[in-house]
Amino acid sequence: MSLESKIPAGPLAEKWEKHKFNVKLVNPANKRKFNIIVVGTGLAGASAAATLAELGYNVDAFCFQDSPRRAHSIAAQGGINAAKNYQNDGDSVFRLFYDTIKGGDYRSREANVHRLAEVSTEIIDQCVAQGVPFARDYGGLLDNRSFGGAQVSRTFYARGQTGQQLLLGAYSALTKMVNTGKVKMHTRKEMLDVVTIDGAAKGIVTRDLVTGKVESHAGHAVLLCTGGYGNVFFLSTNAMASNGSAAWRAYKKGAKFANPCFTQIHPTCIPVHGDYQSKLTLMSESLRNDGRVWVPKDKKHAKITAAEAVKLPESERDYYLERRYPSFGNLVPRDVASRNAKMVCDEGRGVGVTGLAVFLDFADAIKRDGQKTIEAKYGNLFDMYKQITADNPYEVPMMIYPAVHYTMGGLWVDYNLSTNVPGLYALGEANFSDHGANRLGASALMQGLADGYFVIPYTIGDYIATLPLGQAVDKSNPAFAQAEKEAQARIDKLLNIKGNQTPDDIHKKLGHIMWEYCGMSRNKEGLEKARGMIQELRKEFNKDLKVIGANEELNMTLEKALRLEDFLELGELMVIDAHNRSESCGGHFREESQTEEGEALRQDEEFSYVAAWGYEGEGKDPSLTKEDLVFENVKLTQRSYK
Amino acid sequence: MAGKTINIKLKIWRQAGENKPGKFESYEVNDVSVDMSFLEMLDVLNENELKKGNDPIHFDHDCREGICGMCSLYINGKPHGPKHGITTCQLHMRTFNDGETIVVEPWRASAFPVLKDLVVDRTSFDRIMQAGGYVTVSTGGVPDANEIAIPKTVADEAMDAAQCIGCGACVAACKNASAMLFTSAKVSQLALLPQGGAERKRRALAMVEQHDAEGFGACTNTGACEAVCPKEISITHIARLNREFTRASFSGNETDYQN
Repeated sequence: MSLESKIPAGPLAEKWEKHKFNVKLVNPANKRKFNIIVVGTGLAGASAAATLAELGYNVDAFCFQDSPRRAHSIAAQGGINAAKNYQNDGDSVFRLFYDTIKGGDYRSREANVHRLAEVSTEIIDQCVAQGVPFARDYGGLLDNRSFGGAQVSRTFYARGQTGQQLLLGAYSALTKMVNTGKVKMHTRKEMLDVVTIDGAAKGIVTRDLVTGKVESHAGHAVLLCTGGYGNVFFLSTNAMASNGSAAWRAYKKGAKFANPCFTQIHPTCIPVHGDYQSKLTLMSESLRNDGRVWVPKDKKHAKITAAEAVKLPESERDYYLERRYPSFGNLVPRDVASRNAKMVCDEGRGVGVTGLAVFLDFADAIKRDGQKTIEAKYGNLFDMYKQITADNPYEVPMMIYPAVHYTMGGLWVDYNLSTNVPGLYALGEANFSDHGANRLGASALMQGLADGYFVIPYTIGDYIATLPLGQAVDKSNPAFAQAEKEAQARIDKLLNIKGNQTPDDIHKKLGHIMWEYCGMSRNKEGLEKARGMIQELRKEFNKDLKVIGANEELNMTLEKALRLEDFLELGELMVIDAHNRSESCGGHFREESQTEEGEALRQDEEFSYVAAWGYEGEGKDPSLTKEDLVFENVKLTQRSYK
Repeated sequence: MAGKTINIKLKIWRQAGENKPGKFESYEVNDVSVDMSFLEMLDVLNENELKKGNDPIHFDHDCREGICGMCSLYINGKPHGPKHGITTCQLHMRTFNDGETIVVEPWRASAFPVLKDLVVDRTSFDRIMQAGGYVTVSTGGVPDANEIAIPKTVADEAMDAAQCIGCGACVAACKNASAMLFTSAKVSQLALLPQGGAERKRRALAMVEQHDAEGFGACTNTGACEAVCPKEISITHIARLNREFTRASFSGNETDYQN
């Protein structure tokens, strides 16, 4: 099988314009004859649901939270990139495109990334029109900050809560359409399966999290806007209930899963402090604008506390990012910053009680700009840090360590954001398309909103226009009853194992395997070992899982078990993909493939492709389809931030 | 990681479902690290209960960094617990003393029915938003983001209001179970910004009407909401809502919206 990416012909900068003209249109009067299902109400889902409803489609939107406003996009702190060039510092659509392609270590599609950069400017306009209160300067115009992986200031922000404000903007657009009756909102409902008829997506099966009722919903197309799968590691910066199940269920129904091993480990998180911990907290990368990262030069000062660090003389400190990367300094991309933190800790120079932390120091910035300025920029982040650690970052340096944050991999989609299953789309973090092997800061918000506001409203027409007019999806088709039956059977199976280990017990074990062998650094032997361990752990799950209570009630243990069952399979696919890709690229670091200086070394001859994996059945190895990446506008170089 | 630990007792509200009787149950948790968050402590308790074969205590939570607004516990008689300006998930056990008894209840308001244990239904908030908490603008065809300059102070104050996370602590703290702080935060944000100007009258009227229809009580200006708001949203926004509402009530005509 080959995958058709449907990238339009022609010069890069004209592809999207031309494509918008070439895609089929659905007559405004006919749009109301089609129903579209949107799963997830984060930036991608809420913006898509609102915009499609504005165009006239009937939309059913689903979220597992109690309100669409609580999707995890809300937690994004730092900002959103856009090629506005308001700062007159040399930014342009092409530069944003170039930075993103390079930041992704040349493992994403040129055409998709260029489109993302093109629509980035419209996103900012849209958000301002909705009443999103972005930061402004005294002249009343919008302010910008810098972010990792770029040498221009193109990041728009709303204090340290940019994700919240953008999501509330999209949520307001969504509620506006709920009020008109064009969107029907279904809260506290989790998707358990995709329903396909004759190979095309025609609906979903959900479980009502309050009553346990398993039911199906029909639609002419299904959009999965369900985020990433970082929680496969148990500990991550994702929200507790974020999960990979929707994407995984789509995979088992025939959708290809692309580059599953591409995981982003974020460099600035609060270090782990105990076994009881269930979640890691991110400190925005924007802090690296003013904070300086360092560890002691000498091992004899390892494991010092933040209070002791203040007294350590300059001559004893190693500002290792500034030393190794003089031109980007503390603003190197996330993968580079994370790997360097791991390296200095592996050398035995880590700080804090565990030795698994590095300092992020604001003393110089406070001396230079005054505490007031720093407070205005990062006040809420400093407060949050103090709240969690009881250390005051105005007085002592912060301690940070990398943590799993984002997954660049996801469902394979073509230029139209369609998976290989007709009628099934994936938007935002749930797809693989724009970030290659590493995502730059402030680009996730951009992609989620680009997909939802400005891409899918055009591209979905190309599919909808091919469907017969006026034909509702027939819910009496046995495919619906069959999918419901299978979902119910899964639930019954989990409730009846009656073993001794809680979902968290097993999830923690999976997390340890993934972090150890498929985390910041990977090698062939370790990955082979990990695969066997995950298979064993799955057996343990099926024999020894403990879930209490019934299906017909609010049952959070059952919810966890259902998500974990999918993570246990997805984790293995990540390991298989990481094993197959024996090059290093971006966040995927294979120890066998590094430069003399220890940087990620790509093998373009062999691996300049998207690895799209297909489900071949229970107990069988997945199939690999390669989509070759063609670069016509950028020259592939060894990434250098020196 | 070795650190200071404490032993605590808990009295937690248990309720099997909506419209079912509930009661307090007692629990003990020992060797609680003071670096744990309150919800991590509940996670530990729940793992223990599950292993004993008991149904875990259900509570809402998600992001665990104080922004999603999901967590909603009434701890020792205060929404989100004894500390100021934080959500339940940001509360740490170092706030409590060894041997202390901590009482945990759900939000209590007729517009927030209990679904199970400490989980309540807050969809009434969504319906208030649906009544008018938005600018009627469709995707595309909007002016350039820098076309209208907005004074920094105005943008900052709009942001102060916009920070509301919709958790419902204001309602839980209010003796009238009023949701005026929540409603006013959105009305105020959009009244301050030029983009919200065209609909400000209609918005104020519609959102207040829905607020009342949901069964939230009236505001009597006692300020309990502001005192417990994890985002420290000021009741000056309620004052602005009152102005907006009064103006709209006397002159519903939108042709003079700027007045």
